Amino acid sequence: MNKKELHRIAPWQWEIPASYRPDMRVPVHIYADERLIDEALGDRSIEQAVNAATLPGLVGQVVVMPDVHQGYGCPIGGVAATRLSDGVVSPGGIGYDINCGVRLLASRLSFDEAGPYLDDLASALYANCPSGVGVKGSLPLSGKELDRVCRTGSEWALANGYALPSDLDRTEESGRIEGADPSCVSTRAKERGRPQLGTLGAGNHFIEVDVVEQVFDAGAAQTLGLSPGHLAIQIHCGSRGLGHQICSDYVHELQGAVQRYGIRLPDRELVCAPLDSPEGRRYLAAMACAANYAFANRQILTHHVRRSLEGVLAGKVGDWSLRQVYDIAHNMGKIEEHTVDGRLMRVCVHRKGATRAFGPGFAGLPAEYRDLGQPVLVPGSMGTASWVLLGTEESMRRSFGSSCHGAGRVMSRHEAKRSVRGDQLRRELEGRGIRIRAGSMPGLAEEAPQAYKQVDAVVEVVTQAGIARKVARLTPVIVIKG
Amino acid sequence: MTGQPFEEVAHTADLALRVRGVDLAALMLHAAQGMLSLIQAVPAPGQRQTTSIALQSPDRAELLVRWLEELLFRMETQAVAFTAIHVTATGPSGLQATIEEAPLASIGRAIKAVTYHGLAVRETPAGLEATIVFDV
Repeated sequence: MNKKELHRIAPWQWEIPASYRPDMRVPVHIYADERLIDEALGDRSIEQAVNAATLPGLVGQVVVMPDVHQGYGCPIGGVAATRLSDGVVSPGGIGYDINCGVRLLASRLSFDEAGPYLDDLASALYANCPSGVGVKGSLPLSGKELDRVCRTGSEWALANGYALPSDLDRTEESGRIEGADPSCVSTRAKERGRPQLGTLGAGNHFIEVDVVEQVFDAGAAQTLGLSPGHLAIQIHCGSRGLGHQICSDYVHELQGAVQRYGIRLPDRELVCAPLDSPEGRRYLAAMACAANYAFANRQILTHHVRRSLEGVLAGKVGDWSLRQVYDIAHNMGKIEEHTVDGRLMRVCVHRKGATRAFGPGFAGLPAEYRDLGQPVLVPGSMGTASWVLLGTEESMRRSFGSSCHGAGRVMSRHEAKRSVRGDQLRRELEGRGIRIRAGSMPGLAEEAPQAYKQVDAVVEVVTQAGIARKVARLTPVIVIKG
Repeated sequence: MTGQPFEEVAHTADLALRVRGVDLAALMLHAAQGMLSLIQAVPAPGQRQTTSIALQSPDRAELLVRWLEELLFRMETQAVAFTAIHVTATGPSGLQATIEEAPLASIGRAIKAVTYHGLAVRETPAGLEATIVFDV
């Protein structure tokens, strides 16, 4: 696609009209500044967004976030909403790592107080939080227990001593998606999921200890438990092999469904089924199982993180407790109510590499956050900043209550490894005071900050557009990678 | 056959391979070899075991995805590396494979899934060709 084919409708918003291609059902709205739109046009992201705009039952517009990059089916950084009455659900439009997401934990520990112990803390986190390719967790589950995790998510973790009640209050959907049905999950998916609960995985997943570097809204930051100069911890991971297999199973199953329902698509990865069909309902019930597993997974890792702090800091600092700020999903299909063309309707919002960003007043938020809006967590790229934002009412009008999910890649893994050596990168980051513990140096090189867009520029666009507002900027001091 | 059996092609976030074969069996073998070269699994010393896999799919693209998924599933759940792979075609979109497995010593990278994104098995003057995107 050529930049001249885009209509610029604001300094940070571009449109591809539905007339661009005959099979498009709705327009595509892209949130990006001049540089970010050039980067988005540098790969097949926008073409993938146009493909997504062909799904049956779409409403409004397909929304593309400024951290967009090429994925499969829908781009990463895409949001698409389909009517419940005649729309579809597309597993590939949600992604293989169902409920991949981010959790943020705040501390009362200042960087100065913790400084002497950060090397030990990095090693303890790496030792206590299983990470890396093919690594199994310390909680192998029986079949029945896995089904309980799938049905109840973070509630399972709470019942088994891995959570505080307040953790669940400050998790999207309280860490449990309704409608989960383990009978819709294949034996293969369960076999993959049983040994992996409480593991980080590899790739772009991480645990990061940050310092709250800058606060933009002191009142909001205080309510969220974030204080300038204090440590905060992010956990980024998802539903592991269980979610990957569920998505694979349903992408296969729905290859036949699109023929049965007479749905024509430009890409087989976008296969879908009507929301109101046996196939669509079965996928949503299985997706909810993976989502609940992912909430429990991040909760157990939170337990390991708390245990690590206690082991290293008990008796040395005054308060090593961690308060959960929030936990959000960024690969999910959610049934929500939105106003479209002046009409309130129920839709399935596909967010693939995009986070929910509901504004103030949303009943699903914990009481202490209800006047603020939902926390939006935007991790950076290992050596750069991360952001804590808040959702806005404007996000409900513009983007089905959604915002960006990270920095977004701009360089292929192959190119990153060609231009950066893992051991050199590690030295460079450690020279900047960022302690690195990683299982694979080539893997570390693939995730180099240079491979990502400028997260500050991404955040600037969503805040200029009014779909989120700034609360705090965090900078890393420890990064744990698989 | 023109071109390499498999080659990595640029993809911003994930991994993509272009694979070629003079026929369906060669395409499936080269796709497996290509994917395993991305994973960099190292076999450990120990007993080798031979296993048979038979797959039938509605079309060649689906066969390709199911075949590679089968290998990923065995690798993850059985903790094995593959030391030999033989593939024969059974009909227009089926295969019979014999794989030799060894205990897995280490693995370089995880592949989450094999996608259908843009996937088509195309006939070329030299045989068959397909480009596969892997979610990592």
